[in-house]
Order: sequence, then structure tokens, then C-alpha cells
Amino acid sequence: MRIAREFLRRPTAVFGLIVVLLVVIGAVVAPWVAPYAPDEQLFDGLTLEGAPIGPDAAFLLGTDTLGRDLLTRLLFGARTSLIIGVVANGTAVAIGLGVGMLAGYLRGPAGNALMRFTDLMMAFPALLLAIVLAALFHPSLWIVAMVIAMVNWVQVARIVYTETRGLVERDFILAERSLGAGHGRIIFRHILPHLMPTAIVWGTLGIATTVLLEATLSFLGVGVQPPEPSWGNIIFESQSFFTSAPWLVVFPGIAILLTALSFNLVGDALRDILDPTQRGRM
Amino acid sequence: MIELILRRLGGALLILFGVAAITFVLLYALPADPAVQLAGRSATAQTVANIRHELGLDQPLLVQFVHYLGNLVQGDFGRSYTQKTEVMTLIVARLPATLILMVTGILVEVVIGLTLGTIAALGRGGPVDRLVMMGSFIGVSAPQFVVALLLLYVFAATLQWFPMSGFGTVRHVVLPALTLGVLGAGWYARMVRSAMIDVLNQDYVRTARAKGVAERTVVLRHAIPNALLPIVAMIGIDIGQFMGGVVVVEAVYGWPGIGQLAWQAIQQVDIPIIMGVTLISSLAIVIGNLIADLVAPLIDPRIRAR
Repeated sequence: MRIAREFLRRPTAVFGLIVVLLVVIGAVVAPWVAPYAPDEQLFDGLTLEGAPIGPDAAFLLGTDTLGRDLLTRLLFGARTSLIIGVVANGTAVAIGLGVGMLAGYLRGPAGNALMRFTDLMMAFPALLLAIVLAALFHPSLWIVAMVIAMVNWVQVARIVYTETRGLVERDFILAERSLGAGHGRIIFRHILPHLMPTAIVWGTLGIATTVLLEATLSFLGVGVQPPEPSWGNIIFESQSFFTSAPWLVVFPGIAILLTALSFNLVGDALRDILDPTQRGRM
Repeated sequence: MIELILRRLGGALLILFGVAAITFVLLYALPADPAVQLAGRSATAQTVANIRHELGLDQPLLVQFVHYLGNLVQGDFGRSYTQKTEVMTLIVARLPATLILMVTGILVEVVIGLTLGTIAALGRGGPVDRLVMMGSFIGVSAPQFVVALLLLYVFAATLQWFPMSGFGTVRHVVLPALTLGVLGAGWYARMVRSAMIDVLNQDYVRTARAKGVAERTVVLRHAIPNALLPIVAMIGIDIGQFMGGVVVVEAVYGWPGIGQLAWQAIQQVDIPIIMGVTLISSLAIVIGNLIADLVAPLIDPRIRAR
């Protein structure tokens, strides 16, 4: 309750939450509210010269280069973005939580080895790695999600590691141990609950990064493949027309920006509320 | 100090070795077969086998890797599959263009980040602070390629202030550098703001103010130097981020740098180039972090004492 009340007191957080909810609702109800079918090349969707049509009464956001309704494709694109955002980032947080917790709990050589490995991953040029992996696999929704997860878990692991190390030294863990609790009980009943705020915060903030990464990969043509719509590949398909049909870049761009921004705003507010020591920090 | 540098260098080498090993295994394990790619669609199985043999791809993974490493320590990145040129030559030819982009991009980031972060910290909690924080959020949430396309649309296609693409004059640098710099500046502004707020709450700043030192001097001489430390660390990390961003920005602006080289190589499954660019990028990240570690004690005497 305290969390909800503090959350509602922040206008930026409320704005973020509303946009997030709108995107989620739009993605869920897309098949019922979308004016057309996502890959339907409409008979009157192009001008007589074969150019895309700008926003008007029939096509609220205009049509794309193949005469498909942009609003419809954006609504279905929200599904792609959210599925990848949740699956990829959920996987990344889960891996990061597991690795970080194990390393922080074990400390010693095992913990050290795990941390050296994350050091190694930090020295990888992340986006370049994602592009290489996505391009050389046959890209699909799930491959893209896994590639993003593989790149993004490292940061979570480092943060969880630091927090776990601090927790392990605390008296209540020592007390638990002297009462004879096993490792499993200590990790799952006592350490994990303390890490939940971090997991929630990164579960939210990470979706922003993931949405951006998916859009970037799809824009380069190595992400989600057309005709399956994604905000990134809508821009990819129409970039050579962008001077004559700028709406094909502007509307998907706004969708990406607003979604990423909103997840960032919500995540940032949650961090402030759940972890007051971090207030006003990065 | 020298011991520290040596230890750091050792660690850096180990990391580079690890990056080489992981990239090698990943590229080897991937479904895309460079021999098939090179042979073309209509090639017979025999042709593919010949090419595979010629490139040494028919040898066991470990043999290939040891061979690669042996060449690597001599500064030999191997030959490109498609261009039949030394990878090193290709990278060296493209490096200056990318370095120009990186240096100008980081410069834009630091200048904007430092200015806005300081202003926000000084007016903490006020409307300017809120505006800067909101702006930095928008900056870090904006997709680079969209901003790049929009800048092109407005300033190149419509206003014609800058060329659409290419490389060569100062006017060519402006839009790509702005794309990289303005968006990244968000992180710097947040970092500087929180560092400045920490510093401004310190006793010595209060002492300086109590002595009657002008606010300008307090900020410029006492506060900012101490807030520089996180910026230096940030630049080290940033170099890694840049190597990815550079692929996108170079693609949109037709900038003939490492990013374009990598992008073409990825599409042609030209593994030696992909390996080379990945290693050079990792080297840049490692060097960036190394420099950040070495510069830190110069800025902050407390670290020197440790």
C-alpha cells in the first residue's frame, strides 16, 4: 500500500504506468480493434502512382510501402515488442539472479570465477555481439529474445552479486546458519526475498533496454523478420522512402520511444521507492 | 603503481584471450557456413569441400583456434574470405573514420552531460533539475536509428544544411556525432548530477562557502574536479557501448568506418573480419577501462594514497 501511495505521488511515474498499460492493452486487443489485418495489402492502400498514403480518415496513421495499414501494424508490433521484452528480459533477470546469488553466496574461488566471467562478458561489445549472433542464426522472434537475454544478464548478475555479498555478512544469516539451516533454505527463504526489489526494478528497467535492442536489431534486418510486424522492421522496410513518407519512421519511432521511456520511468520510480539508499542516483 | 599497471595489463590480456576464445567457438558453432556462402548457390558439394579445405575450416576446432592465436600474437588477424585482403589492413583503413566519430561523439556527450548535470545539481529539486532529468530519460530511451533518420530528414533532406551521407568534411561529421552524443549525454548528465550533489554536500564545500569564496569558484574549482571521477570511469565503459552504436549510425549515415566493415562482413559471413572487429572492439573497451583506472589517481589523490 505504501508503495502504491508513493508511486501515485509521482506524476512522471503515473504517466509511465498509463503508457505501459495502454501499450499492453493495445497489444492484447490488437486482433479485435485493429481496423484491418496486419499483412493485408489493401486495394486502396497505395496512391495511383504506388506511393504510400499519408494519415487520413480511412488510414488514421497512413499506409506503408506495400499498402498495409500502419496503425494495424503498430498494434501488432506492440505484441512483438512486449513478448520479446518480457521473455528476453525475464530470462536475463533470472540468469543474472541465479549467477549473482550463487557467486555472492559461495564467495571464494567459485564466486571469483563467476565474477571474472562476468568481467569477460563486460568486455564484449554487447550490441555488436547481438548483431553478429542474430544475423548468423536464422533470426526469429525467439532467437532474438535469447540473443538479447544472453547479452543483458551480465549487468543484473553484478548488481545481485554485490547485494548478496552484503547480505551474507548480515547477522540474521549468521543466526540462521547457527540454527542449522541448510544452504537451500538460507538462499531461497532468506536471501532471495531480499533481492526481490532489485529483481523487480531490473525486470522493469531492463524491458526498456530490450525494446530498444529488439527495435535496433529489427531495423538492421537481423531481428524479427517481415512480414511479422515489429516497430523496428516497419522502419527497416520503409527507410528508403522516409523522405517522401516520414510518417512511416515517425509513428513507429514514437511508439518505441514512449514504450522505452515509460518502462524507464516506472522502473526508476520503483527503484526510488523500494531502495531509498539509491534515491536520486543513476 | 607499476605493479598495479602490470597486474592490470595481465588481466586485460586474459580478458582478450577469453573474448577471442568465446567468439571463435560461437562463430564456429553457428549454423551459417562461410564455405557454402562463398561457393554460391549453384556450387557442387565438391566445390564447397574444396573451399572449406582451402580456408582450413575442415580442421578440428582446437587446431583452428591454436593456429588463429599463433597468428594473432604476431599481429596477424588472418585474411578476409571475400576480399582476399589482410583483415588488419582493412581495419586500419577504416579505423580513422570510426575514431573521428567516437571522439566527437564522446566530446558532445561530455560537454552536454557536464553542463546539464551541473546546472541540474545546482538547482536541485527545482524546475530546471526536473526538466534536465526528464530530458535525460528521453535521451536514453530514444532509439538511435530513429533519431538518425529524423535528423537526416530535417537537417539534410529538408533544410539541406548538411549532406545526406558520406565522409570527408566537417559538415559530414555533425549529424552522426550529434546522434551518438546527444542521446548518450543523458547518462552523463545523471551521473554528473548525482556526483555533484554528493560533492556539494561535503564539509569542504561548506567551508569554502563560509570563507566567502564566490559560488562560481566553489563550483568550478572545488566541486567539478571531484565530480570528474565518475565521468572518466563512464568514458571507459562508454567506448564499449559506442562500438555497437557505431554500427547503426554508420549504416544510416553511410559512414565508411569499422561499423560498416563489420556490417558487410556479418552479411557475407566473413568470419575473419567479424573476429577482427570484435577483438578490436574488446581491445578498445579494455584500454578504455585501463585508462580510466590509471587516470583516476591523477584526478583523485585519495586513490593514489591507497
